[in-house]
Amino acid sequence: MADSKKTPIRVMMAKIGLDGHDRGVKVVARALRDAGMDVIYTGLHRTPEEVALAAVQEDVDVLGISLLSGAHMTIFPKVLRVLKEQDAKGIILLGGGVMPDEDVTELKAMGVQGVLLQDTPPNAIIETIETLVAERGAR
Amino acid sequence: MSVVASKDLVKGVFEGRIWAIARMITRAEASDRASEDALAEIYKSSRNAHVVGITGVPGSGKSTLVAELCKTIRKSGRKVGIIAVDPTSPFSGGAILGDRIRMGELVGDEGVFIRSMATRGALGGLSRATLPAIDILDAAGFDIVIIETVGVGQDEVDVVRAAHTTVVVSAPGLGDDIQAIKAGILEIADIHVVSKCDRSDANKTISELKNMLAIGLGLSAPSAWTPSVIATSAAKKEGIDTLAEAIDSHVKVLKESGEWQSRRLTMAEMRLLKTAEDILRDEFERHRAGKIQALVKKLANAEIAPQGAARKLLEDVWKEISL
Repeated sequence: MADSKKTPIRVMMAKIGLDGHDRGVKVVARALRDAGMDVIYTGLHRTPEEVALAAVQEDVDVLGISLLSGAHMTIFPKVLRVLKEQDAKGIILLGGGVMPDEDVTELKAMGVQGVLLQDTPPNAIIETIETLVAERGAR
Repeated sequence: MSVVASKDLVKGVFEGRIWAIARMITRAEASDRASEDALAEIYKSSRNAHVVGITGVPGSGKSTLVAELCKTIRKSGRKVGIIAVDPTSPFSGGAILGDRIRMGELVGDEGVFIRSMATRGALGGLSRATLPAIDILDAAGFDIVIIETVGVGQDEVDVVRAAHTTVVVSAPGLGDDIQAIKAGILEIADIHVVSKCDRSDANKTISELKNMLAIGLGLSAPSAWTPSVIATSAAKKEGIDTLAEAIDSHVKVLKESGEWQSRRLTMAEMRLLKTAEDILRDEFERHRAGKIQALVKKLANAEIAPQGAARKLLEDVWKEISL
């Protein structure tokens, strides 16, 4: 049983655009839940604006976007723009799925704090999230 | 990352800033002493929102109904806050909050704020932070706050003491009329909704529900308001206007008859008792450590009875708290 005194880490898992591959995002959502986190799942076919705004309303610690459609270089900048417009404070943006290495470097440069590619084991994802949230600290 | 000061948050809430409302709700969920003053200031200035509770068994279509209802209310220009509660896993302490899946279309509308919440062990269909979150949305200028409870069974009825208007959602095919006569969620409804009325067996559910209400009519306390049964279909976009009108006229009838005031007192009483219980529980958890093991052993060996052991534990904890 998780320590009831500790506030669970809040994570939003999102799917954006036409990408309908949601098996991965559901597996990760379940793994995070089992690690004691509150996981908000947006469902399929959202727009970048909807997801960013929802993440601000939900005041999540982490926004994780799963993308297997190749549209990451257009979607992440839009999400980052809305987060900034909304004056979001301390939301960690993560990407997951299938992306070329050179894109990952670029995504990180624009403010995506971590990219967890295919075949990343659930435990590694949990660890990454816990570390990033701890490093960010209270907000 | 610097910590946002409480006074900046309160100011942001009064100005209706999304990030501030969101962060204030997070602080309320953490229920630490540091935010007590901020929440008190917010409570004192929140008095105007109409709080509507939506409850019903799992899968009855609550989230879909809330989404449709919200769209309808928005046509009148009023701002809508939504608090959607989903269960926390008793095993891992984590939760999957999926109510947003049905509310996708609402996001992007500046007049709608949706917040998902996990129960975190609270029983009764709400979470501890639900009530402060209502205050926050109210203070931020939302005209209507809709609370969607977890899928409830038969006696999780806390929502009735948190909402001015309680809507109970039933769906076709989920049990016979004896289910409806049992104590519980049917008695708390100001408005009954039978969802999924595009289904062929919906009429049976509606008539059973009406019969059960007719049986109870002479037996319940007299009220200016008689619960109605509204058939809705989110798929066919039917009945939602009727529901929105019923919710509005419920408030009107309550206010005209004076029941509004007595309902508010009931809500305040519940709030007082719940909060006292929460504080007690927190203190209890904080101070019980180390005092339990010896008593557990005695209880397991039947050297002491459960009542006696519990009284002893409370005595020990109380001593520490009052120090």
